[in-house]
Amino acid sequence: MVEKILQKYSHAGRDSLIPILQEIQDSIGYLSEESIEMLSTHLNLASSKIYGLATFYNQFRFKAKGKCHIQVCHGTACHLLGAVTIIEQIEKQLLVKVGQTTRNGNFSLEVVSCMGACAHSPVIQVNGVFRSHLTEATFKELLEELIETYRTVNK
Amino acid sequence: MESGNTILNATSLVNRIRGVKETENLSDIDDYISRLKREKLTKTVVLVGVTTSSVAAGAIETKSAIENYIAERELDIDIVEVGSNGLCSFEPLMDVQIPGKSRIVFRNVKANDVPFILDGTLNNYLPPDNVVGQYRSQLHQPWMGIPFLDEIAFFKGQSRDILALSGIISPASIEEYIAFGGYSAFTMAISRLTLEDVCNTIEKSGLRGRGGGGFNTGQKWKMALAETANQKYFVCNADESDPGAFMHRLMMESNPHQIIEGIAIASYAIGASKAYLYTRNRYSITVQRLENAIQQAYNAGLLGHNILDSGFSLEIILRKGPGAYVCGEETALISSLEGKRGAPTLKPPFPTQKGLFGKPTVVNNVETIANIPLILRKGAENFALKGTEKSKGTKLFSVSGKVNITCLVEVPLGVSISTLVELAQGVPKGRKLKAIQMGGPSGGCTVPEKMNTPIDFETLKAEGLAMGSGGITVLDDTVCIIDTIKFFINFIQYESCGKCIPCREGSRRMYEILESITRRPVNDEGHNTLERFKGIILLESLAEVMRDTSLCGLGQTAPNPVLSALKSFREEFEEHIFDRKCAASVCRNLRTFYIDVDKCTGCSACAKKCPTNAIIGTPRSPYFVVEEKCIGCGVCETTCKFGAVFFK
Repeated sequence: MVEKILQKYSHAGRDSLIPILQEIQDSIGYLSEESIEMLSTHLNLASSKIYGLATFYNQFRFKAKGKCHIQVCHGTACHLLGAVTIIEQIEKQLLVKVGQTTRNGNFSLEVVSCMGACAHSPVIQVNGVFRSHLTEATFKELLEELIETYRTVNK
Repeated sequence: MESGNTILNATSLVNRIRGVKETENLSDIDDYISRLKREKLTKTVVLVGVTTSSVAAGAIETKSAIENYIAERELDIDIVEVGSNGLCSFEPLMDVQIPGKSRIVFRNVKANDVPFILDGTLNNYLPPDNVVGQYRSQLHQPWMGIPFLDEIAFFKGQSRDILALSGIISPASIEEYIAFGGYSAFTMAISRLTLEDVCNTIEKSGLRGRGGGGFNTGQKWKMALAETANQKYFVCNADESDPGAFMHRLMMESNPHQIIEGIAIASYAIGASKAYLYTRNRYSITVQRLENAIQQAYNAGLLGHNILDSGFSLEIILRKGPGAYVCGEETALISSLEGKRGAPTLKPPFPTQKGLFGKPTVVNNVETIANIPLILRKGAENFALKGTEKSKGTKLFSVSGKVNITCLVEVPLGVSISTLVELAQGVPKGRKLKAIQMGGPSGGCTVPEKMNTPIDFETLKAEGLAMGSGGITVLDDTVCIIDTIKFFINFIQYESCGKCIPCREGSRRMYEILESITRRPVNDEGHNTLERFKGIILLESLAEVMRDTSLCGLGQTAPNPVLSALKSFREEFEEHIFDRKCAASVCRNLRTFYIDVDKCTGCSACAKKCPTNAIIGTPRSPYFVVEEKCIGCGVCETTCKFGAVFFK
């Protein structure tokens, strides 16, 4: 898959680096070591430089997402309505750290600076689906639901 | 949309605005335009607002519920996706227009409300709980007893120029934008105006950069125009990344063609044949709508090689920013476009002399660009009518936080801060307004007493505030100022690019100091306390050093929240430092826990878990907390099965 993307950018220069990395991440879900090695040969650019760039930006990840990928909005409006508690609870109950994936590959957690849905805060996204206006009760329900679903998935 | 033998499309509309003699029948085109403007309807139209914000509220579900409703009853009704009219708290928004009748706006239309509302509306009954108002139109019969939108305080208090078409037109249709007068400014500019003419008009209008800097846009363009180079670039910065600000996202999603037209005019004015539009990858709806808009403009012949035989060629490239707050700074944005880490560089040389790939480059904020077509269409004088002497025109603000209506508004510069809070209908009932944070992490907060301060570049600067890009967060008395500032500084220290020391180290130290204020030390003796006080004493001077010595705007403005809060809320800092109390009970480590004597069963579970042995008592009779020993960790609260532990 990565070869195909690189073929598309056959005469690319350094300014195409970010779009290429984005396409790789879109197709395989993260930036694998092999893909960066391949890109480095393709662009004739040291892989350390590519890592230097990729680690600078929030978008790029170097580990696959979990089966259940949770994004928590931590904008100002969500912060005022308890985004910190939400992050803490997720970390505690789903045993996952911010920016990491659990070892069984079930859950991954990402904190986003602002999703732009301030009217509906606090907001989280579970596999791309929004859950808005979270209250203590609906959030608890959601967590239980997630634990239940992914426990059965793992069996 | 077929009429006779000729297929009417964007190209014939473009020919029409250019005044080119056409082969098509003129009355056909007029008819087509009035259909696009929804003046003449042959069937009912249901319009759903689909934006990033409304999707979070369930707009997609609402839309499919409408589709189901129509399919089940086999009705002949069109569904159109539109943008947002700014009333974010009322989302999902749905408009209905029945032929001959005024268009009507419904609020909070959840998927299961759809059948009820549509049943009613199609049978001339409007459910009163969901109606916002109706559009005023000479051509349509108004609904009885329903307020017109321009009579509603929210719209009455605004001056909507940039947002004039937001929520009204379909963002996916270039035809509708042209029907409402779109692209006429661009076609006029390339056929009749010289590059200097355009720059002069913009300079005369007094438009100043909306990204926060406030530099005169026309002058910036002239600087780039004066440079001689074989290639010049135009860059539109649409990487809105302030936490708690969403105005540019909504504006772009509601009317993307306005941005494309603005970029095309700006590129023409500085003689650039290549333009970059830099938005953020995460905003998937924004990216998708902008991509579509660019493609449509190419298809209509409004972009590409030798546009409309004028000899001007333009290529617009959409770049999806991978997410870095510092890329809002123009030199950092240029580095990012070049495929490097988004670190700012020293100025001079300014980007207008040596920018992208070493060529003259103009970087403008997306809101600045949205103003350009309007200025050319209506004239510089018309633009300058609004605003104050030095700050002309209107400005977008997103008002969020502890308000009744989280919204996107457009007001003339020079109105007071209180106007914005009034538009958002104030703080929730029973609460007291405490502060207003302007400009996100790079702005300052102001107290209710100073609410009459006019919003313009000079006055805000004198007050130690900043307009920033226009994100306003309203704070009420349930909010702790220290906690909010800590949130902003934490954001800055995470987003700092790390190139210059004052910003990289300063923001981290500042965060540590604020953290130490909101943390309760285990004991109050010895070296620790001294160190802690030393940090607090130095907070103010650290902020000043950071402001004066940082390389770019991010570091220079980062201490603003701290400095302005120290000015306005000194007592609250002192309360946290000396009394170890947080009046709003937000700083969790400063809470003191108590045990409700009536609820406690004396099970001793909390006493066993308490890390400082602060809970004492005898089993089977109520326990109690020794205040001096409590570190506020909250373990007892989570342990207690009877809900007997509470905090003050």
